Amino acid sequence: MAEASPLARFWQEFRENRVAVASLAVIVAIALVALLAPWIAPQDPYDIGKLVLADARRPPGHAGSGGYVHWLGTDAQGRDLLSAILYGLRISVQIGVAAGAIAFVLGAALGTTAAFLGGRAEMLVMRFIDLQLSFPAILLALVLAALLGQGKWQIIAALVTAQYAYFARTAHGAAAAERAKDYVEAALSTPMPARAVILRHILPNSLPPLIVVATVQIANAIALEATLSFLGLGLPVTEPSLGMLIANGFQYMLSGRYWISIYPGVALIVLIVAINLVGDQVRDQLNPRLKR
Amino acid sequence: MSASGESGTAVSVTGASKQFAPLVALGDRIAAALGGSVERRSVRAVDDVSLEIARGETLGLVGESGCGKSTLGRLVAGILPPSAGTIRICGEPVMSQGRRPRKLTTRVQTIFQDPYASLDPRMRIGTIVAEGPVHHGLVASADAAAYAARWLAKVGLDPDAVPRYPHQFSGGQRQRIAIARALAMQPEVLVCDEPVASLDVSIQAQVLNLLLQLRRELKLTMLFISHHLGVVRHVSDRVAIMYLGRIVEIGPAETVYARPQHPYTQALLASVPQLVLDGDAPGSFRPIAGELPSPLSPPPGCHFHQRCPVALPRCSIESPQLRDAGPGQAAACHLVASR
Repeated sequence: MAEASPLARFWQEFRENRVAVASLAVIVAIALVALLAPWIAPQDPYDIGKLVLADARRPPGHAGSGGYVHWLGTDAQGRDLLSAILYGLRISVQIGVAAGAIAFVLGAALGTTAAFLGGRAEMLVMRFIDLQLSFPAILLALVLAALLGQGKWQIIAALVTAQYAYFARTAHGAAAAERAKDYVEAALSTPMPARAVILRHILPNSLPPLIVVATVQIANAIALEATLSFLGLGLPVTEPSLGMLIANGFQYMLSGRYWISIYPGVALIVLIVAINLVGDQVRDQLNPRLKR
Repeated sequence: MSASGESGTAVSVTGASKQFAPLVALGDRIAAALGGSVERRSVRAVDDVSLEIARGETLGLVGESGCGKSTLGRLVAGILPPSAGTIRICGEPVMSQGRRPRKLTTRVQTIFQDPYASLDPRMRIGTIVAEGPVHHGLVASADAAAYAARWLAKVGLDPDAVPRYPHQFSGGQRQRIAIARALAMQPEVLVCDEPVASLDVSIQAQVLNLLLQLRRELKLTMLFISHHLGVVRHVSDRVAIMYLGRIVEIGPAETVYARPQHPYTQALLASVPQLVLDGDAPGSFRPIAGELPSPLSPPPGCHFHQRCPVALPRCSIESPQLRDAGPGQAAACHLVASR
């Protein structure tokens, strides 16, 4: 009798939590519309030529000059907010996932290798990471974004530099615990080469805490990117991300044109909350001490 | 096969020592620099041990916990590099020299004490058993599952175990899987480090009998480590008694159990609780006086002299060497020659 793989068992348990399943559905939906934004958005918000200033700052439901309804209103440049949010989500998801994935690989490799090697290499790497973690991530990201300049890859680089340390520390802790276990000794005494032992034994067994950190850090990356853009250090004005849309609408909040800030904010919150709820469920399932 | 491999010696340990230096953390170093006292003495877990195991022979290694028998097992198995001395399996060195020693041979494999810790929980049984053989080219990766199934059958498990995970098996079954993993590497020497100590008593006999049957079938040489005198007597051709990192007595199992020469062996055998069947004799056993001294500061001379009932003044000064004490038997005691 072949047993269901751990992944299949994981999914069976995951399905029992309706909130998590709903959150996952929201994430998938957001990822889909973000991916398909160029085809489903009524307007290309990056094409300045298509923006009509006569349509600027219109409330939700306004029928614009382009022949379609601005369901979420328009901003100060006459951008359709629904389109801008779809494109903004696209950028947020891209940057969050790319920064999270690169930081994951970099941090996991560094932390696991340090734990495996031990001795002076481990001490140097981990002390440096401790030092970096004593600075707030937002501070580091701000300085780097200011130094590197605007642009998608610059922002991703800044986020990765700010976030890999969390992955490295988690990977180090998990790998150090696994390193001491008999099955690692058994593999080394076969003998299997160190590389194979790290990749086939230590890393797969260190994955659960790393996956939990990954969900939190992707949400953090999205929030950090929004913060940087809000402060004007993120992406160029021609490619408004959610953070910049919020910043642009900020000055109109008190004049009653709430929608320019609020709707991008709602989109951002829904995305981050959904990721965190899925992350909570994953953490509960992967933590053996919480197992029923 | 090397020349000495054919001479009948499977394992040769020459002057092997293993010290564990304490890990001095940065904080301790600062404390030491400021005049604090920091433990810097190293533990001599194995102290100048030499022994040989002939092909097809089983050597039982006995001693109290902390005497260094597991460390000696790990040296022979190529898990730990020795601090001094050499260990050869069939004439080949077990580990490379240098700063990061690596195990060189596949001819010695290990069975660990705890089958709940020694199997990777995220690997399927078939992969666990075939991983090493595939890496070392004993079998093509296309035939890995069949190869694993064959070895699982040899240890009495169904081939349908191949796609399953360790958590689906009991302790005894897991230890069978661990045995299959070790044997699938087609070793000549098997180091068994307390292979039944963490199993239920009812399972212990099954696993022991399996080991004995496979030893006969595959003509294995075994180093069998246990603190259980009865188990060791049951499986061993020869036994070695360890005390604080040194071998105090070695010889054919029957002779050592019948005529122990070293006072420690005598005390150890006398301390085993005996089942008294004829009723009137009160069930009493004599524990060895005193505690095992700290391996950080072993007593000078013979390590056992503080607890020894027949110690002489010279025992606390001069460390006794192993000397002949009968056919095939040797004991490290100053009194042996005069007896």
